[in-house]
Amino acid sequence: MKTADLIVIGAGPAGMAAASTAADAGLSVLLLDEQPRAGGQIYRDVKRAATVRGHILGQDFTEGLPLVEGIEKQGITQVFGATVWSIDATGKVACSVNGQGIVARGLRVLLATGALERPMPIPGWTLPGVMTAGAAQILLKQSGLVPKRAVLAGSGPLLYLIAAQMVRAGVPPLALVETQVRGDFIAALRHSVGALRGWRYLLKGLKMLRETERAGVLRYRGATGIAVEGERQAKALTFTASGQSHRIACDTVLLHHGVVPNTQAARSLGVDHVWSDRQACFVPRPDQWGGTGHDRILIAGDGAGIGGARVAEIAGRLAALRVATDLGRMTGPERDAQAAPLFRQRNRELAVRPFLDTAYPPYTGALSPDDGTIVCRCEEVTAGDIRRFARLGCKGPNQAKAFGRAGMGPCQGRYCGLAVSSLLAQENDATHDGTGYFRVRPPLKPVTLGELAATEDQTGRAG
Amino acid sequence: MNNALPFHDLSPDTASLVNVRFDGTEYALPEGANLAAALLAAGVTVFRTTPTSQAPRAPYCMMGACYDCLVKIDGTTRQACMTEVRKGLIVERAHTAGGVDENG
Repeated sequence: MKTADLIVIGAGPAGMAAASTAADAGLSVLLLDEQPRAGGQIYRDVKRAATVRGHILGQDFTEGLPLVEGIEKQGITQVFGATVWSIDATGKVACSVNGQGIVARGLRVLLATGALERPMPIPGWTLPGVMTAGAAQILLKQSGLVPKRAVLAGSGPLLYLIAAQMVRAGVPPLALVETQVRGDFIAALRHSVGALRGWRYLLKGLKMLRETERAGVLRYRGATGIAVEGERQAKALTFTASGQSHRIACDTVLLHHGVVPNTQAARSLGVDHVWSDRQACFVPRPDQWGGTGHDRILIAGDGAGIGGARVAEIAGRLAALRVATDLGRMTGPERDAQAAPLFRQRNRELAVRPFLDTAYPPYTGALSPDDGTIVCRCEEVTAGDIRRFARLGCKGPNQAKAFGRAGMGPCQGRYCGLAVSSLLAQENDATHDGTGYFRVRPPLKPVTLGELAATEDQTGRAG
Repeated sequence: MNNALPFHDLSPDTASLVNVRFDGTEYALPEGANLAAALLAAGVTVFRTTPTSQAPRAPYCMMGACYDCLVKIDGTTRQACMTEVRKGLIVERAHTAGGVDENG
């Protein structure tokens, strides 16, 4: 069995920063990531992509380079292509690498599993040709692919970034269909003090929007009734804006209305999560260092609540400092001296979030979809089904599994969990916290029996 | 640019093309590329059908979370977006409940 002072799960900004800081403090680090190379989704493949596509992807992307270079140091063992399927509170982590099971034990484990796109159930969202905006980013970063006839739909600054990148790539989107309304912006103004502290973010957003508008990309706001048309493939996006119906023929629809913490790993360990009204999702409540209710488990990055790449990086460093102190490699005063500027920087970076979260709320049409809209993509369970389950007495998502398999497909609820909880809460007139979320159990990802068997062999069946 | 294909390739890699078979059709794909991305770029639109209604599916998240890009490689159901293109890969559309349970 491999052992390490610190096992880091996820090589995005939080995980890379944590690994680097921990190694600097003399800790042995095992850094695991599912992807073939470091970066996470935000800096996906940055080492290769920055040189060939850095001018299109922009500085916010190439900023990931030093982080990737920072994990090339003594003390860090990197394992890529590692699918972690089990983590326990004692620090034991099981994963598969190339079909081979591996078990490792860490004195501490840092969960740095990042974010997922907020599920956006609208009619037709399961059709080929419909992808998350994040998927388009990944295709561009890793593979240099840009959809030729795409419509972007939803809300949030990520849409501006993608639109601008597509313009720079010479393949502008056909249209930008936004769901936020003027009232959202006005409501956001009460957070303008924070917004001013984060003015760089806002300025960047405006620049990208101007870049997109200059390229002649059509822009709609306050869109409602958004649906994807098509039988075997997306053919068009239809919606209503300013009282008029629109139909934009396209091959690709890119959906986005915010990102939410990927809570699968933390939930499998029983880490407590609470509903955040402002972020409209469940978030864990780690302490300022990333500590959870389990002594050996810490959490950092977007998985601990959405803050973005810079906040994730800072949180990773803070968690590593805490681990170094816990394991006696650093004194409390040393830790606090290094942490003080990080805490200040984190507050500065987080200041803009309340403004952004309020100005770009999730699309209400997808928070309360029409009865016929599929919410559980895997098992094809509709919003109407979930409402019917509620009327039959279903109080929570775990019961919904028994009522109709919602959340029981291969994605294990990753893309329906929030929708199922919200629909049940709405229908039962209950709170999100009272309604709860899917109980997540290992294996966190499907694993073959061969991999399981190989794992047992390696640990001499000692467990 | 080939307008029939839905994606524009910013940096086409013609140096390292290898043959991959997808559902009986041969494709020349860049070795080491992300399989889901390479198939999309080659014009594949349907990666699998669902077990419930046989509805067509294709990559949705590209980050290993949604399982819509499931394909069968050497008899095992895999996520195309988590697989790299290798020479001689034989890929079939997945028509099962996904994961690795073929009896579902």
